[in-house]
Amino acid sequence: MANASLSVSPSRRAWQRFSRNRLGFWSLALFSVLVVLSLFAEVLSNDKPLVVRYKSEFYFPLLKDYSEKTFDGDFDTPTDYLDPFIREKLSQNGNWALYPINPYGPRTINYFAKEPNPSAPSRDNLLGTDDRGRDLLTQLIYGFRLSVLFGLALTVIGVVIGVITGAIQGYVGGKTDLVFQRFMEIWGSMPELYLLIIFSAIFAPSVALLLLLLSLFGWMGLSDYVRAEFLRNRQMDYVRAARALGVGNLQIMWRHILPNSLTPVVTFLPFRMSAAILALTSLDFLGLGVPPGTPSLGELLNQGKANIDAWWISLSTFAVLVVTLLLLTFMGDALRDALDPRKADK
Amino acid sequence: MAPTLGTDVSSLPPEGAELARGGPSRRSMAPTLGTDVSSLPPEGAELARGGPSRRSMTPTLVASRTTLPPEGTVPPKGGLSAERSSSLLLEVKNLRVSFAGKEVVQGIDFSIAPGEKLALVGESGSGKTVTALSLLRLVQNAEISGQALFAVPERPVVDLFSMPERALCGIRGRDIAMIFQEPMTALNPLFSVGDQIAEVIQLKRGLAPAECAQAAIKLLADTGIPEAERRARSFPHQLSGGQRQRAMIAMALACQPKLLLADEPTTALDVTLRGQILDLLSDLQRRNGMAVLMITHDLNLVRRFADRVAVMENGHIVEQGLVADVFAQPQHPYTRKLIDSRPVRDVAVAAPAAAGSAPVMQAHHVRVAYPVAIPGFGGWFKSGEFVAVKDATFAIPPGKTLGVVGESGSGKSTLALACLGLLPFSGQLQASGQSWSRQAARNKAIRRAVQVVFQDPFSSLSPRMTVAAIVEEGLLVHEPLLSPAQRRQRALLSLADVGMDETQFPGLLQRYPHEFSGGQRQRLAIARALIINPSLLVLDEPTSALDVTIQKQVLALLQRLQRERGLSYLLITHDVDVIRAMAHEVMVMKDGEVVESGTALEVLDAPHHPYTRVLVSQV
Repeated sequence: MANASLSVSPSRRAWQRFSRNRLGFWSLALFSVLVVLSLFAEVLSNDKPLVVRYKSEFYFPLLKDYSEKTFDGDFDTPTDYLDPFIREKLSQNGNWALYPINPYGPRTINYFAKEPNPSAPSRDNLLGTDDRGRDLLTQLIYGFRLSVLFGLALTVIGVVIGVITGAIQGYVGGKTDLVFQRFMEIWGSMPELYLLIIFSAIFAPSVALLLLLLSLFGWMGLSDYVRAEFLRNRQMDYVRAARALGVGNLQIMWRHILPNSLTPVVTFLPFRMSAAILALTSLDFLGLGVPPGTPSLGELLNQGKANIDAWWISLSTFAVLVVTLLLLTFMGDALRDALDPRKADK
Repeated sequence: MAPTLGTDVSSLPPEGAELARGGPSRRSMAPTLGTDVSSLPPEGAELARGGPSRRSMTPTLVASRTTLPPEGTVPPKGGLSAERSSSLLLEVKNLRVSFAGKEVVQGIDFSIAPGEKLALVGESGSGKTVTALSLLRLVQNAEISGQALFAVPERPVVDLFSMPERALCGIRGRDIAMIFQEPMTALNPLFSVGDQIAEVIQLKRGLAPAECAQAAIKLLADTGIPEAERRARSFPHQLSGGQRQRAMIAMALACQPKLLLADEPTTALDVTLRGQILDLLSDLQRRNGMAVLMITHDLNLVRRFADRVAVMENGHIVEQGLVADVFAQPQHPYTRKLIDSRPVRDVAVAAPAAAGSAPVMQAHHVRVAYPVAIPGFGGWFKSGEFVAVKDATFAIPPGKTLGVVGESGSGKSTLALACLGLLPFSGQLQASGQSWSRQAARNKAIRRAVQVVFQDPFSSLSPRMTVAAIVEEGLLVHEPLLSPAQRRQRALLSLADVGMDETQFPGLLQRYPHEFSGGQRQRLAIARALIINPSLLVLDEPTSALDVTIQKQVLALLQRLQRERGLSYLLITHDVDVIRAMAHEVMVMKDGEVVESGTALEVLDAPHHPYTRVLVSQV
């Protein structure tokens, strides 16, 4: 008989198999590091100092806006910490300020650049600036964060709706299933892109609106898989045995069928996420996406197209996009192999 | 061709005339058909066969005697001279097969003489199927080593393992053919069976298409399929299970192979068909003078079919010899265990007081029907119905077992689901004085009284739940007030009842089903049912997915539980042996109807209905 070390749950076994796939495992590690770093983008790349010591007092510009008058400026407006005048003030008489590694925020325009916009990579702007004078590295960091978070949110919403609808169709079956299937066919045949264009004309564009519109269509692919899994699993003997024990329908769905139906859901997660990121990028590229001024990869690509000689814009954006999608694909491949029941444990 | 002698009359109508001529010989063959071969002198059984087969048998006897001492020890390696191997058709030496470093066949030797029937018998996982497949190099990702010398008269001896793939392709199908367990998956669903057989003939014999089609029809007719011409145009799904297997056999025999590898050829068939297919195989084997390597787990089948038997355990051949010798005097403990694995009748005698009380379950004119679509326009407005159980009336007294026996499609499993309240039915069905209700909440008490154990131990336990979660589930529903510690206690008790405890399996409660073997999983399923103390267990083919030795253990466990707890069983099975071992009363079902019922011994020993007689005689 098996020894105790074999006593692992199926999901743990899947994880062990996943981590044995080196490409997938390191992709996950790298991707996680990138996401965590981008979550702290404000600390890494901002036009405000992290801490200011001015006249023996501490200021935290990240958390609070200070008027220029606080630092003995002339106007009662929020301080522009890139202004050479303020910089000078902050470095005199024992005053000091701790700036982030990359001293530009997502909307900061470098008015003090030495070259016309878009300017090539230099010491001031490591990856150059875009055609509005914003630092490109900053744009990429914030754009990456927005893309990943958007992809994550869209995936989660799609999975939740897809699993619920698929579970109901598969478990109840019969007429419910029939009606739902026809509804999905009608819903799925609506022209998604035109609807988006129309809606972006009616409403003010925002990330939330985009999320809502894409979610309305994004759940259907998954729903079919979950439905098929539920249809298959509901007639397994362990479900019959649970019904014979008198376990309720919701409990059967939750405890018995759902855990055994999640394989396609988990397998598709990375691929769905990369599809969501790509969708956002494409819509931004077309100008139907996030509101103007929001840092986004699609908008940068559009700028790269408009300024074909500013190679640093298109090249670096393209690199970020390719690396992100590639990491997700490698993770997806590893996950699919880890969950494939036909592959033997080695 | 030799006249067919030992064939069962009923199975092969076309051969009727020949059979009549072979009357006397048939009578002398009769004991072989029975289950008890051990009483037969081995010589007599062989000599009873017809002339030509006897001639072809003689070298076999000599070979098996000389190369195999009665102990069945493995013959010395490399000690076989050239002329001796020339009298053998196939000689396998030191065959080893391993998958990714794991050796599943660990150096076996066996040989088959022309026209000989060798059975390779063993339990699942013993490596018998891999052995057969590796002879034709049909196993994927496997490392095969050893020698398989294949000798056809007037042709040089070849080693199947070292010859080039192209040459081996010439041997596959022409000299060595194979039939598989499940004809539905072994036949291509997109081509008619006639076309599939004709393809083999065209490939291997190179005849013109029209001749091939004619030859295919003749082959089908030879295997006893009625209206062969029409059937040749049928697709696999249009044939019955037995006809499909006949078509498979016709395909395998298309080129009159010298050796037929038969991998569990009757396992997927109904009991009543098994005998027919076996007789057909024996008959064709004798007519064509081909050798057969039969892979099986079924000892009855070995007794009935084979000349010699090789017993496999964990990749080794532990014993081989003449069938009669091995069965009469098994030398190896494993062989003895296999032969002893036939279930023993050991039924509990219900206490007289209990016998008088009300039945645990009472069914009165139960009828179960499934809605089916009506083809055509009429189906738009109404649906037809398929009646799976026509009219079943029975009562199960406390502490007793009602066996329901029948083949697939007889409605016995449907009846089990109806008894569990999992299917709508009409008529009356009471358990512990209550009837099933349409409202789930009202069924709580009756659910507690009636529990179930299913056939397939791999699908009856959720692979993502721990043993604790599986076994305790019933308590969550029926005794929700228990504390987690009390539940754990009850789960351990229930597991101990079925013979599983933590000393045997450290961390038992936290384990997952995939860590247990089939028999252990079936014990877990029984523990899950027992934890809420039901009075009736519905056993739906509880042992048919298990190996014979495990089957015996599980049946013994069920018998013990019945005696200790006074449980009643509704035992659904196709296996008359299991019924004989377990049941007090028996009900025989065919096509949804109860054709015969009564006490087990009466029905089995003196069956009235012709169908029951067929069923009982197949054992």
